Amino acid sequence: MTELLVSTKKGLFALSGEPGGDWEIGARAFAGEPVDYAVRDPRTRRVLATMTSPFYGPKVFCTERPASDWGAAKRHEGWEQAQGVTLPEGGEQALERIWVIAPGEADGLMYAGGDPGVLFQSADGGSTWEINAGLWEHDTRPKWQPGGGGLCVHSIAPWPGDPDKLSVAISAAGVWHTDDGGRSWRRGNQGLTPRYLPDEVIAELNLPEPPPDADTALCVHHMERAPARPERMFIQFHGGVYRSDDAGSSWSEIGAGLPSDFGFPLAVDPADPDSAYVIPLVADMDRVMPEGRVRVYETRDGGETWAPRGDGLPQQHAYLTVLRQAFQRKGSGPSLEIYFGSTTGEVFGSGDAGATWFEVTARLPPVYAVSAS
Amino acid sequence: MPRVCVHGPLRQLAGGAAEHKLQAGTVLELLRELEREHPALGGWIVDERGLIRQHINVFINGERGGEDTAVAADARVEILPAITGG
Repeated sequence: MTELLVSTKKGLFALSGEPGGDWEIGARAFAGEPVDYAVRDPRTRRVLATMTSPFYGPKVFCTERPASDWGAAKRHEGWEQAQGVTLPEGGEQALERIWVIAPGEADGLMYAGGDPGVLFQSADGGSTWEINAGLWEHDTRPKWQPGGGGLCVHSIAPWPGDPDKLSVAISAAGVWHTDDGGRSWRRGNQGLTPRYLPDEVIAELNLPEPPPDADTALCVHHMERAPARPERMFIQFHGGVYRSDDAGSSWSEIGAGLPSDFGFPLAVDPADPDSAYVIPLVADMDRVMPEGRVRVYETRDGGETWAPRGDGLPQQHAYLTVLRQAFQRKGSGPSLEIYFGSTTGEVFGSGDAGATWFEVTARLPPVYAVSAS
Repeated sequence: MPRVCVHGPLRQLAGGAAEHKLQAGTVLELLRELEREHPALGGWIVDERGLIRQHINVFINGERGGEDTAVAADARVEILPAITGG
């Protein structure tokens, strides 16, 4: 049985079912509230959810209860509010939103990324948090620029088995790596080409030794690490799909063969570092699926070639948008399950690594994020 | 001593009481005192910058005020989420 936690503009939904079978919406929490992301920690089964109340600001909540016990919980009744998810008091900025929550590589270690370009970490499974000072106080921060969704830490990629190594991606401040548990951070942007910037800026980036602040406006949309080969990473960029084979230090464009260079979500098969999935959109000025056809594009050779996968998905007048956090996988290999949700409330899934697809549900509020366990 | 009234989910976070009597000279001091007595309210009304959140309104004796608005000893302060919509 698979559980999907579907975060939407109007609450968090818990769905359960089997690939190709009937799916049940078993619970709804935070009714009426925008829930940006939710994840069930596979180590503890605890659910962490973040919502951004338009009145009361962003908050992270936790619960140990299975979804079947959520009942008709109104707002956040029955959930514990996490402490410490806040910027330093008395500064000039306020926390705008938490975009993603991810388990780390040590017992109880959790990460949360948010806007404005902030990373939090927890050592107790998400009950209490502290800001990552190394990234928050980085001396290049004054030059960071927000993307269209804000200055958001949206991708968190731990290194399997090593809690000291971590990579994050920020719109539009690029890729960052730490090897010392988050005390210090270095960039990893070589090869990323921001075609949305003037030619002279791109030329500057391509110099043998680019200026130290030349690569701040890099709009990474999503980043994933291949667990089976951790030095391999993939990026869906604001214009291009990229691969790195040196742990995110440098990147090569691999998007030839895709119908567009624009999109947000990206997923990998944890068993196969050559396999990845993207969902292209037409362009930044037209964020719907090309030709009105819902298709996931798959590579099995590290991005050398791409193939559309749409068997079972709407293929006519389906102008869907899938946001960066609304694409998730469970399992691996030939039985890899993949799920995505749209801003028009549909959720689709595959139980055979993308070969065939089915509709999970069709009338949810706009989907912000999907996680599967 | 000024009286502050909270509504909606804030009331539950403030221990369930609709009205609180707190010593303060300004709205911000009043809200900080309310947070001190009810730590669960931290971050719900005032953000990290010390600003009242954009969609929360504070009325002092029926007049909308801000962080620095003076609060008299007999003031009645209402904390209300903004009415939004078309």
